[in-house]
Amino acid sequence: MDVAIVKYNAGNIYSVDYALKRLGVTPLITADPEKLAAADKVIFPGVGEAGTTMQYLKAHGLDRLIKELKQPVLGICLGMQLMCRYSEEGETDCLAIFDASVKRFIPQKHEDKVPHMGWNTLSDTRKELFRDMPESPYVYFVHSYYVPVNDYTTATTDYILPFTAALQKGNFYATQFHPEKSGTVGETILKNFLTI
Amino acid sequence: MLAKRIIPCLDIKDGTTVKGINFVNFRDAGDPVELGERYSDEGADELVYLDITASHEERKTFTDLVKRIAARINIPFTVGGGINELKDVDRLLGAGADKVSINSAALRHPQLIEEIAKHFGSQVCVVAIDANREKDDWYCYLNGGRIPAGKPLFQWAAEAESRGAGEILFTSMTHDGVKEGYANDALRRLAEVLHIPVIASGGAGRREHFRDAFLLGKADAALAASVFHFGETAISGLKRYLSGEGVNVRI
Repeated sequence: MDVAIVKYNAGNIYSVDYALKRLGVTPLITADPEKLAAADKVIFPGVGEAGTTMQYLKAHGLDRLIKELKQPVLGICLGMQLMCRYSEEGETDCLAIFDASVKRFIPQKHEDKVPHMGWNTLSDTRKELFRDMPESPYVYFVHSYYVPVNDYTTATTDYILPFTAALQKGNFYATQFHPEKSGTVGETILKNFLTI
Repeated sequence: MLAKRIIPCLDIKDGTTVKGINFVNFRDAGDPVELGERYSDEGADELVYLDITASHEERKTFTDLVKRIAARINIPFTVGGGINELKDVDRLLGAGADKVSINSAALRHPQLIEEIAKHFGSQVCVVAIDANREKDDWYCYLNGGRIPAGKPLFQWAAEAESRGAGEILFTSMTHDGVKEGYANDALRRLAEVLHIPVIASGGAGRREHFRDAFLLGKADAALAASVFHFGETAISGLKRYLSGEGVNVRI
């Protein structure tokens, strides 16, 4: 199976690379449109700022390419947010694969720290990504912006308010958390994606 | 609910793990990658690796170690020690670390915090503070606790936050190595002053100490080294205990 990771100016590409190798898969890290289109699975990772990252994707023609992929695609963290329609971060128009907008967390009390960082639980998990999960599994989050719960939400997490932990629409899958850093639960989620 | 975190810390010298008692007299505690993997399997939420060597060649050894850790460990890890400028941060994040911890360099050049936050995001920037209780206040120290920095703890922690620190790792030199509990009063005051997570460090000897750091000190995470390295406290048992005491932990 050929798994490709979209290569761009994001922070966690190599973490995802290492995580896949631990599962016995050596991914191709590439920005080549032909190679991405030919892969069996595509992973779109992301750590960084929405505005500058979208500019980079557009400058390299990756914005159109990602939208038009037909095989299973997994967006992670900023990757998921960029797959939405719009982000408040840098007031950025994004890929619009999911008709949802990305908002900044607004603390309601002193204990509400932003970014939301650390291990939190998933609720209402649905569909293929979350097969073989323990009850209320813990996964690792680092983010200051969130996607509200919407029609495409396949898992939720509660921090300040219930928000979208995962999305799915057709062949597009996305997680706000980092499966590549989420221990054995994260490994199961990545395996589930690889076997879709 | 967001879980309170248990973080084993591994001090690295010449590629192996050591732990100081009050920052001197090291005892060997094993292979850093294997230890990290063992902690991860036992339920550690994150790992911290501190490079306590100084020379240029040893820096390269540490960077190679970071790559080996990143390849094997499936939870987040922070690296620190000897980070003086942005290119050190770039090198360590490039090797696969999730966060970097800066200490003396931040006190000497506070703008380094802003530079890291701007280039890589606040979430990668842990500002570590070594402080000692003197008379009625707490004061920061440089170079592993050897040189007074002339800055009060709470003032410096607030400044670090406003410059873009993502977390504060506070080590009480007064409590470190003594194993009689964390500096809960100072921790609580930090939690009240700051809007970013605080990691408690220095003083863990028994499981009650972790409970107190969370419930009395209001810490977001508790870091310890020797109690884990020498098998005095197993992380899995510690977490079951904390859960029973009303601390929300990942089990």
